[in-house]
Amino acid sequence: MKEWPLWEVFIRSQHGLAHKHVGSLHAPDAEMAIRNARDVYTRRNEGVSIWVVKAADITASSPGDKEALFEPANSKVYRHPTFYPMPDEVKGI
Amino acid sequence: MGRQDALFEYLLRLGDSALVLAQRLGEWTGKAPIIEEDLATANTALDLIGQARMWLAYAGEVEGKGRDEDRLAFLRDASDFRNVLLVEQPNGNFADTIARQFYFDAWNVRALDALRGSTDARVADIAGKSLKEARYHFERSADWVVRLGDGTDESRAKMQAAIDDLWTYTGELFAADEVDRILAESGVGFDPGSLHAPWMDAVKQVLDEATLVAPAAGYMQRGGKQGVHTENLGYLLAEMQFLQRAYPGGQW
Amino acid sequence: MYAQLVDTGAKRVQSLEELSPEDRAFQERIDAGVKIEAKDPMPESYRRTLVRQISQHAHSEIVGMLPEGNWITRAPTLKRKAILLAKVQDEGGHGLYLYSAAETLGVSRDQMIADLHAGKAKYSSIFNYPTLSWADVGCIGWLVDGAAIINQIPLCRCSYGPYARAMVRVCKEESFHQRQGYDIMLALARGTAEQKAMAQEAFNRWWWPALAMQGPPDKDSVHSAQSMAWKIKLFSNDELRQKWLDQTVPQAHYLGLTVPDPDLAWNDETGHWEHGPIDWDEFYRVIKGDGPCNRDRLRARVKAWEDGAWVREAAVAHAEKRAARERVKAA
Repeated sequence: MKEWPLWEVFIRSQHGLAHKHVGSLHAPDAEMAIRNARDVYTRRNEGVSIWVVKAADITASSPGDKEALFEPANSKVYRHPTFYPMPDEVKGI
Repeated sequence: MGRQDALFEYLLRLGDSALVLAQRLGEWTGKAPIIEEDLATANTALDLIGQARMWLAYAGEVEGKGRDEDRLAFLRDASDFRNVLLVEQPNGNFADTIARQFYFDAWNVRALDALRGSTDARVADIAGKSLKEARYHFERSADWVVRLGDGTDESRAKMQAAIDDLWTYTGELFAADEVDRILAESGVGFDPGSLHAPWMDAVKQVLDEATLVAPAAGYMQRGGKQGVHTENLGYLLAEMQFLQRAYPGGQW
Repeated sequence: MYAQLVDTGAKRVQSLEELSPEDRAFQERIDAGVKIEAKDPMPESYRRTLVRQISQHAHSEIVGMLPEGNWITRAPTLKRKAILLAKVQDEGGHGLYLYSAAETLGVSRDQMIADLHAGKAKYSSIFNYPTLSWADVGCIGWLVDGAAIINQIPLCRCSYGPYARAMVRVCKEESFHQRQGYDIMLALARGTAEQKAMAQEAFNRWWWPALAMQGPPDKDSVHSAQSMAWKIKLFSNDELRQKWLDQTVPQAHYLGLTVPDPDLAWNDETGHWEHGPIDWDEFYRVIKGDGPCNRDRLRARVKAWEDGAWVREAAVAHAEKRAARERVKAA
């Protein structure tokens, strides 16, 4: 028999915060995934909004590409404010 | 019958129905078709225990004999219970449980909605708190009716059988007696008959979507609200009340 | 513990120099405190051990619903009924968080459940003991969940990210479980003579299994050493047991309970409680399937799963029908 598909669950814990990944669960479709997420992940008032995404629909970056993807940003130190030393006398910047 | 006596009876009906249904749902713990459903069923049961506690606590106050929610729940015999017959029916298979829940939820949502406007502030308050929960219960049980009705051949047959089987216990929800009339007149309660048409519309709409056939009108069992129950309730109470009966006077 | 005697497949723990370059890089990351995530490269033995450990832990939560679930319908007050139901529901939730964590390692939940039902996967020995009175519910919360917390708090820092995060969630919820158990015991201890006797009788039965549940001494165990090197086990069984013993004995005394161990003694020099010999034969016997409830527990799980098959199947069939209708509508 077919297993119920796996869904990844994201919860917004308070207004003003981003949705955060909390775990996964099984459900036959999105509607029931939302309901199940409510029962599984918000039993203690943890949420004001729920997203569910089919786990199979998530594309993740490959750990093998980590260097190629993320290391080039390391060399761009000029993107950080600390790259620009300011004279002590100058305020408000 | 005086108004206080009638109110006491009325509160027992509401409280006992929620309690007995919660007790049935509690029997499912660890036995649901999938873990997610275990959690969902427990949530419904928890809501209903909460509702039962509010109704019974108030009932005890109205009675004025010092009985609290626990003395009412654990130290009355079956003939003093006022729940509708529907909720004491055994769990059966998952479809039976869903059908029982669905019929009850469809009624409970409307009953609580009507009671929100009660002239008794406490009743209105409890109803208001419970209504949000009941709405969610109805969404869930209606959703399962549709899924099982319009699922496989096997699930459809089981769901239809459950819908047919429990039909005879739905009439009692809408049958008025003296208690109902006294409370409807004073604006504390409502006329049960007035919920029948909206309940039927809601039920039929869901059954339709579920490709199920609404049962034909037939004989309707009644008696629960007056304390004449099916044989099922005695066993349920024997289990539920065991500790309080075996160890009288204990604090737990 | 909830995961007992987890086989790592190791014959002995290899030194860094002996490891292949990949395994060495992996071990160095662990040593540096880097969390391993689902898609990161990892030795197959690490992955397999984690699947065993996490699924065993998950199974324990799910099977653990049964002994306490027993008493939901018989709880003595409506408040206790609600608390117990919420507690047992949490156990289901914990099982689910843990299955989720294990699924990130590429094993499906259905497969894990099939292994449990086939008797191939273990769950904690403790849940093969019966709950015979209301005081058993108190004892499980107080003693068993108490032991579980001691084991699980360090696991929040374990090397595998999804497992660590699941444990954080579990631990947040678990302290209520221990307290509600102790609260039940408190009420009994302050109750009638019959209630006090009920508390002592249950305590007598749970004491030794709870003391044993962290597992046998493992200072010489290859598997424990390997698990510790991988940081999926952070303290030895004896360390965990000592911690539990030191916290539990005074709690028992406060309740006026007698610990059923004539050798129990306070050691002034070490500042620790010491217990008498644990019957490890019994522990192994229960693990191997001859505890009082092994067969009942497994049968109950299998029955629930089999009875629910048509429901799960129908839900999938319905979802497919619905999706097909949407496609037609969209076309």
